[in-house]
Amino acid sequence: MTVTAFPKSGARGIERARAGGAVLEVSNLQTIFSTPEGPVSAVSGVSFAVNAGEAVGVVGESGSGKSQIFMSIMGLLASNGRATGSVKFRGQEILGLPLSELNRVRGERMSMIFQDPMTSLNPYLTIHRQMTEVLVTHKGLSEDEARRAAIAMLDRVQIPEAARRIDMYPHEFSGGMRQRAMIAMALLCQPELLIADEPTTALDVTVQAQILELMNELRRDFNMALVFITHDLGVIAGLADRVLVMYAGRIVESGPVIDIFKTPQHPYSAGLLRSMPRLDEAKGERLATIAGQPPNLQRLPAGCAFRDRCDFRMEICAAETPLLQSFAPERNKACHLARL
Amino acid sequence: MSSGPAMNVEPLTGRAAPLLSVKDLKVHFLIGGGFLSRRAPAVLKAVDGVSFDLRPGETLGLVGESGCGKSTLGRAVLRLLSNVEGRVVWLGQDLSKLDDEAMRQRRKEMQIIFQDPLASLNPRMPIGEIIAEPLKTFFPNTPSSEVKQRVKTTMANVGLLPNQINRYPHEFSGGQCQRIGIARAMINNPKLIVCDEPVSALDVSIQAQIVNLLMDLQRQTGMALIFISHNLSVVRHISHRIMVLYMGRVAEVADREQLYKNPRHPYTQALISAVPIPDPEKERQRQRILLKGDLPSPINPPSGCVFRTRCPKATEICALERPELLIIESGHQVACHHWNS
Amino acid sequence: MTDVVLKPDRALTEEVKGRSLWQDAWNRLLRNHAAVVSGIVLIIILLLSFVGPYLAPHSVDEVNWDYIDSPPNFAAGYYFGTDQNGRDLLVRTFYGGRVSITIGLVATLVSLAIGVSWGAIAGFVGGRVDNLMMRVVDILYSLPFIFFVIMLTVIFGRYMVLMYVAIGAVSWLDMARIVRGQTLSLKRKEFVEAAHASGVSTFNIIRRHIVPNTLGPVIIYVTLTVPTVMLTESFISFLGMGVQEPNSSWGVLVSEGARVMDISWWGLIFPCAFLSITLLCLNYLGDGVRDAFDPKDR
Repeated sequence: MTVTAFPKSGARGIERARAGGAVLEVSNLQTIFSTPEGPVSAVSGVSFAVNAGEAVGVVGESGSGKSQIFMSIMGLLASNGRATGSVKFRGQEILGLPLSELNRVRGERMSMIFQDPMTSLNPYLTIHRQMTEVLVTHKGLSEDEARRAAIAMLDRVQIPEAARRIDMYPHEFSGGMRQRAMIAMALLCQPELLIADEPTTALDVTVQAQILELMNELRRDFNMALVFITHDLGVIAGLADRVLVMYAGRIVESGPVIDIFKTPQHPYSAGLLRSMPRLDEAKGERLATIAGQPPNLQRLPAGCAFRDRCDFRMEICAAETPLLQSFAPERNKACHLARL
Repeated sequence: MSSGPAMNVEPLTGRAAPLLSVKDLKVHFLIGGGFLSRRAPAVLKAVDGVSFDLRPGETLGLVGESGCGKSTLGRAVLRLLSNVEGRVVWLGQDLSKLDDEAMRQRRKEMQIIFQDPLASLNPRMPIGEIIAEPLKTFFPNTPSSEVKQRVKTTMANVGLLPNQINRYPHEFSGGQCQRIGIARAMINNPKLIVCDEPVSALDVSIQAQIVNLLMDLQRQTGMALIFISHNLSVVRHISHRIMVLYMGRVAEVADREQLYKNPRHPYTQALISAVPIPDPEKERQRQRILLKGDLPSPINPPSGCVFRTRCPKATEICALERPELLIIESGHQVACHHWNS
Repeated sequence: MTDVVLKPDRALTEEVKGRSLWQDAWNRLLRNHAAVVSGIVLIIILLLSFVGPYLAPHSVDEVNWDYIDSPPNFAAGYYFGTDQNGRDLLVRTFYGGRVSITIGLVATLVSLAIGVSWGAIAGFVGGRVDNLMMRVVDILYSLPFIFFVIMLTVIFGRYMVLMYVAIGAVSWLDMARIVRGQTLSLKRKEFVEAAHASGVSTFNIIRRHIVPNTLGPVIIYVTLTVPTVMLTESFISFLGMGVQEPNSSWGVLVSEGARVMDISWWGLIFPCAFLSITLLCLNYLGDGVRDAFDPKDR
């Protein structure tokens, strides 16, 4: 028996009119961590926008800064981190907001889910308590209304026997179900933007397929913008409209998903795509590789951080750090090479 | 090619004798129980009757998701676990009949590399000592200059700079640590290396380097590999033959191309369809087979075929009879009542 | 053909020096000012205790009837005053330092040797052996310590060696527990599994892989055991059961000084000050060592 507070298809039930335009505008975001060995720049001047209803994939490996951008935006940085620059949510500047103001945006209009649901969910509280807390705090619902809404949402994310399971503890759920519960919690207030930080990386591939399918569906039904952070290019191919490729704290390439996969213009993006073994093709004997090691953020080389691993490096790459520039409509890259 | 009778042993047809022959391997753990507990101890069947052969120079890929027992199987083959039943025949000798010291001697020939590259290295030892340890263990009378030379040569073979020999593990990146682990495994020229998710913890761009390295080393030395991974794309690239496991049992075994072109077990089909392909057009047009439900409890597995609770093709017979591993064509075995539908 | 760019000039030539975890810890310790200062003070006290008597104006058994129980007198060379027997307290304090520090170090080393081996073997072998070994520890732990010392003194009389035995016999217990705990968690680490898979014998695994990795907490514990041992010795000597005349330790001196505290303040203050400063410095050093091995940013 389900309470249909949340529609299964079509955006009719949503109260707030979802205007088009940019939901999130980030301008020159810099995040620096102070460590005993000196300052470490995790994010070095990143600018991008997320439009209403669009799915943006953020791809990168360790040290790319892909998670730290959004930790900075959500105000979740570790105590030794400082973020500067500008982050506007629907035109309102949120970077540096006092906690009380930020909490009106966080959780309600902008939500985030993480890789390991076991550490994001409080093991000492039932799912019910954790979900209703969100609704009672942000929406002022009564306990009963909140419980009904929570059960409806658990149902919506396809957790079987939602009314019974809502009183369970996180450890009684399987990995896939915990992640669904996290998604349910994140969507309770029908946010305009959902940030998903590697939500399926720790899940089995069959469970990942289910969760990705679910996220696609929910995004359409709630008309929600989605930022999906991952290192898995296959997932990006299936989910994203636009892609940001990150390396050593900077965006090195961005554009529509088909363009990035068909005609990557940055040597790193191209190298990444070539080095992935694919299930649908019989590859040659050796995988193409990117030489060298991932960047050490404490000892970044001058100029372009990728140059030591780049097959196309030139002299200018050591002298000048390339800026992210547009070379075609909606396509940007940060590379001195004119054309790959 | 017929849907033949139950024949679970592959006839060896004039190829090289198998390096390793595993028959009906079982690893059961006792959970709970104890002196004052009210419940009897439950049995967790991590590996429940697995048989396979491995030929010299061959790479067998073990794939499956969490709870399938692939890591446990890899360790059981090397006798790194204690409660192992079944026969493991290595170079014609049954390992279960060996005492501890005799088994220790055989470890020269069979090695393992691990998932977490840094954790598998002793943080207090310089890497030269780490790599040299297996050599000094089995050949204690080797003069130290020769040991050093062998270590440096092995380091160069795996792509490490030999002059780094005195550095400590924490001074290296993940990919380099994995190379150190490979060097340690290779120094005594083993005939088999069990690779337990060796690239899962590495960045994508580094995974390709390590996979290439393993393939190169295999070509140079002729050693066999058991490559355990949940990443089907990588497994497909490196393996000659692939075994798909589900909840401790074999679902399907096939030559590489057969498995991906013609999977017969519903689980294999679902697994392959779930793997994302980095091609936006193909990916969005794909018809996915979505499995229903969750993994059942390993302590109380479903009767008959363990996969039936999630299988789109399950019928009554699946609950009554555990499917045997049938040979359906040369090099291709399936354990399913409905493989032909 | 590898994927690493080999730089020909460095590839096969001189070896790069590694930076071990010990060195990292040492560097971090040096940055801790309290610990460094404490270390320096301890070295000074050590020098005074062992070398000081040779430089002091009076020798330790010299008795001067003219200066019985007299306050500090710089002119006569009695910087710390004298005790009831006319002996120079300065040199007695230094001598006391020798005894106290020696007991502290020796008893700690004994407890280290026994405790580490006991704990590592129990933890690694596990099963019934572990049970048995740790029950022995439990039983010894429950012995009332003072009772044990009194018994030893009654049976064997008052010998210095007894001090070492008694204290050593008790302080290895904590060490064994700590090392066993460490071993239990190390046993499951992958590099231990790797050693097993490489055919390394059990003895060598314990020696090369387990023990060196327990040394972090062990060293921390050692720097905190030494003051505990010294305090224990002082207490026993204070009660009159430990170090006997003509030897002195700080505990003995404090005991004597306390008896005449209201008249001769110098008898109590100086040995007390030396003991307290030493203990304080050892504690600061111990804290510094703990922080050096376990930095918060890791």
